[in-house]
Amino acid sequence: MSIFINALLALLSTFMVASASYAQVSKAQVTVDDPWVRATVPQQTTTGAFMQLTAQSDTKLVSAASPVADHVELHKMTMENDIMKMRQIPELALVAGQPVALEPGGYHIMLINLNKQISEGNVIPMTLTFEDKDGNRTQMQIQVTARSLHGGHSKHHQ
Amino acid sequence: MLPFNRFLRIIAVLVGCVILYGCSRPATLANIHGRDLTGAKFGRDFSLNGTDGARHTLSDFSGKVVLVFFGFTQCPDICPTALLRAANVKKMLGKDGQRLQVLFITLDPERDSAQLLGNYVSAFDPTFLGLYGSLQETQQTAKEFKVYYKKVPTGSSYTMDHSALSYLYDTTGRLRIALSHTQPDEEYVQDIRKILALD
Repeated sequence: MSIFINALLALLSTFMVASASYAQVSKAQVTVDDPWVRATVPQQTTTGAFMQLTAQSDTKLVSAASPVADHVELHKMTMENDIMKMRQIPELALVAGQPVALEPGGYHIMLINLNKQISEGNVIPMTLTFEDKDGNRTQMQIQVTARSLHGGHSKHHQ
Repeated sequence: MLPFNRFLRIIAVLVGCVILYGCSRPATLANIHGRDLTGAKFGRDFSLNGTDGARHTLSDFSGKVVLVFFGFTQCPDICPTALLRAANVKKMLGKDGQRLQVLFITLDPERDSAQLLGNYVSAFDPTFLGLYGSLQETQQTAKEFKVYYKKVPTGSSYTMDHSALSYLYDTTGRLRIALSHTQPDEEYVQDIRKILALD
């Protein structure tokens, strides 16, 4: 009976991975779903990138880079008494199997000193660096599509 | 026992007081979603440059409900969300949307040039107006509006902590409601309709 269930689960998980056509999977076994970056207007030099990360084993996102920006930082936004606060964070922990959303109102990847305007539909290459619990680092290349400045959504305004 | 004409005089004064009180006090707002700021002794006015090239005070928008939000364009998250919400709210108001003026006041005039600010706000709606001042004017305006803001360094740049309330003014330029960032679009729409119904 348990063999049957295991086989079924294995089959199901294979199917789920195959069906997630938008997902990009790294060697570090992190799945990146629905990555997007907010388009900019002329002269705007920063923007934020958002996505969902799911690690198969405990790991952490330690840095990100992109050829379109001089600096890329991991940030966390919080609201305290109607005051918005944004802070750089050194790393973002990913617990095995638990999706972590980088979305408006929470975490984001901040692109600073952009060397070009990002227009809706542009595809931006980005490199994510993960570190597992043994300190081994792996890099993952992803493609992030720009959504219009007014195309973003947050958990408060679906 | 008071003499009769003295009694009449007292009554007349009392009636006068009630009438004066009734007229000077703005009509009340009932069942609103935001915080009622009617009669607040702050957020009374500003004098700032607009991205349309003109100098503006609140009275320039008389006849419209005014929504004021403070932020900065290099903000990746809350400011675009607030402006996106304002654009949605304007659409949801339908024809009444023409009676809403959205103002975005920058707290980062060092980086937000007039051109950048104009490009930014009009990307959300062509009728939105960006406002900016010198560092000192920005400081004075924030103080008048009880808006907290603070420059915070990050690894390679800086960001701004800032208040994320949206202020609503009635069509005569009086501050009436503050709505928080976490309230849904529909609550903004309903509160704006309540203010428009005062006219």
